[in-house]
Amino acid sequence: MMNDPIVEIRNIKKSYQRGSYVIPVLQDINLDIKNGEFMALMGPSGSGKSTLLNLIAGIDKADSGTIRIEDTEITTMSETELALWRASHVGFIFQFYNLIPVLTAYENVELPLHVTSLPRRAWRTHVEMALRIVNLTHRADHYPNQLSGGEQQRVAIARALVTDPTILVADEPTGDLDRTSAEEILDLLERLNAESKMTIIMVTHDPRAAGKAHIISHLDKGILYNADTQAAP
Amino acid sequence: MLILKLLLRNAFRHKLRSFLTILGITIAILAFGLLRTVLTAWYSGIDASSASRLVTRNAISLAHPMPLSYKEKIRMIDGVKAVTPGWWFGGIYKDRKNFFPNFAYEPATFLEMCPEFLLTPVEKMAFIKDRKGCVVGRKTAARFGWKVGDTVTLDGTIFTGKWDFTIRGIYKGRDKNTDETQFFFQYDYLNEKMKKTVKPRADQVGFFFISVKDPDKATDVAIAVDKLFKNSYAETLTESEKLFALHFISMMEAIIVAIQIVSYIIIIIIMAVMANTMAMTTRERIGEYAVMKTMGFGGRHIATIIFGESFVISALGCILGIALTFPAASIFSRTVGSTFPEFIIQPKTIYLDIAAALIIAFISALFPTWQAINIRIADGLRRIQ
Ligand SMILES: Nc1ncnc2c1ncn2[C@@H]1O[C@H](COP(=O)(O)OP(=O)(O)OP(=O)(O)O)[C@@H](O)[C@H]1O
Ligand SMILES: [Mg+2]
Repeated sequence: MMNDPIVEIRNIKKSYQRGSYVIPVLQDINLDIKNGEFMALMGPSGSGKSTLLNLIAGIDKADSGTIRIEDTEITTMSETELALWRASHVGFIFQFYNLIPVLTAYENVELPLHVTSLPRRAWRTHVEMALRIVNLTHRADHYPNQLSGGEQQRVAIARALVTDPTILVADEPTGDLDRTSAEEILDLLERLNAESKMTIIMVTHDPRAAGKAHIISHLDKGILYNADTQAAP
Repeated sequence: MLILKLLLRNAFRHKLRSFLTILGITIAILAFGLLRTVLTAWYSGIDASSASRLVTRNAISLAHPMPLSYKEKIRMIDGVKAVTPGWWFGGIYKDRKNFFPNFAYEPATFLEMCPEFLLTPVEKMAFIKDRKGCVVGRKTAARFGWKVGDTVTLDGTIFTGKWDFTIRGIYKGRDKNTDETQFFFQYDYLNEKMKKTVKPRADQVGFFFISVKDPDKATDVAIAVDKLFKNSYAETLTESEKLFALHFISMMEAIIVAIQIVSYIIIIIIMAVMANTMAMTTRERIGEYAVMKTMGFGGRHIATIIFGESFVISALGCILGIALTFPAASIFSRTVGSTFPEFIIQPKTIYLDIAAALIIAFISALFPTWQAINIRIADGLRRIQ
């Protein structure tokens, strides 16, 4: 199990059109991520890290190439199919937490369950479980603006976990946090990976954060340098 | 449930902005409702007019009289039940602003023709017997504090001089839209005074009020009347009471059309304000909608949230606006007094208010929703940074 690739990326190309210019962002990306892996994706700003992460998470479309996740090819799915697929297979963690300000921590965690097939009576246990994992049960009724940055990011992690996703993607999850809070978040992700065998793909600038991962890949000018093939220039 | 909570909380996220928008809608709905009520009040007299009554006037214009001798001739026409001579008296009580319509009629015939003016038999008899007697509508009596037995003096405008009347009855309207502001007195009183003072105006009539036996034959009777006086020195024009009233109103058509246009412009203006509010809130929340779309929420959910927010704000403004229309209308009708026979907020006006609010909510949410649904998730997320 542990050695089956859960994410299989083949010949992915992505470019953006800006006026009459075509900006190539990703050039022929190939990547396998094994089940239960904790991978860090590093690289300079503008190298295409977020773009690649978005493709893996199914919120953006590649120009060509294929992405398979758990034997499902997501590159050929329609928008509606993708939305449904994301709801049950992907958990997102953003740099700026992106909680809904008018919903409490509990409600924020509950939100993604609305688009899953999980029966309503099971929601409470799921939400409570997710809040327990991030150790915020006592702050369930608090609104995001009553929580610290680190706490908000923990709520966001609970929100990403609550649907029991296949993969967890995080785009600079510690980018907006002080060192202690960042440490906490990274420990939490590490624990999730170690104890629940959660597959995590994390984009980061911070070498210390990347240090927690098992594998570090580097993106530079749209070319991926896998850690096991070579070190970044 | 959570979606409902979310849209409700979204609606009041920006307290001041929501408050101002709701206030704007409230005022717009209030103004719209009042203008609509003015319009319906204008037409209410027409709806109250009877199908079985005709008005005959001089074909040249209302200002030209006809001889009293026409009365007997009209009565002889087949299908005519009763006929009374009438004058628009145009008398003023103390001050011009105290306007109310006042007419001279033959009392017995007139009361029989107009069963919608309710008087007790005692009042009726007293009015018919007293040459200087008059009957006045309940609203006008209340306005000036008049009671039966009081003497009222009107200043004549068309018929100059001071005219004293004794109130012999105060009538109530049979129907909701019966005009309760009128004042009428005996034709003979007026005519006799003319005989003594302005000889040429004696035995003249401003209009004839005719009731017919069969309302379905009213048109035939009207044609017969006009045919009878064809080629005489005072040719006549006979039309139904309704048409006659419409004729009166058509003189004010420009004002009515203007009011109509203004009422819709108010709605369009507030629609622009509301659309701006919705565009602003949606622009601010585009990142949140992108996050929700990331989780798998579809266009249906996003549309529910944005439309819901728009409807909540609009509904609140609408409810407040309608609630305020009632006291505002009663203040308004007290101020303008008897300009309108009735000033009642019609159910139709309320329905129009609600329809306007729904349209405001719908149109305002349309474009922001389209935007929020169609923005690429990745672009929406980038907006957050
Ligand atoms: N919608 C878009 N239209 C045009 N260009 C875009 C768009 N999105 C991204 N790009 C460009 O694609 C390139 C890669 O962007 P991406 O966000 O993936 O970089 P990144 O590695 O995540 O950078 P950072 O570390 O700053 O987050 C950048 O040059 C960016 O300007
Ligand atoms: Mg990025």
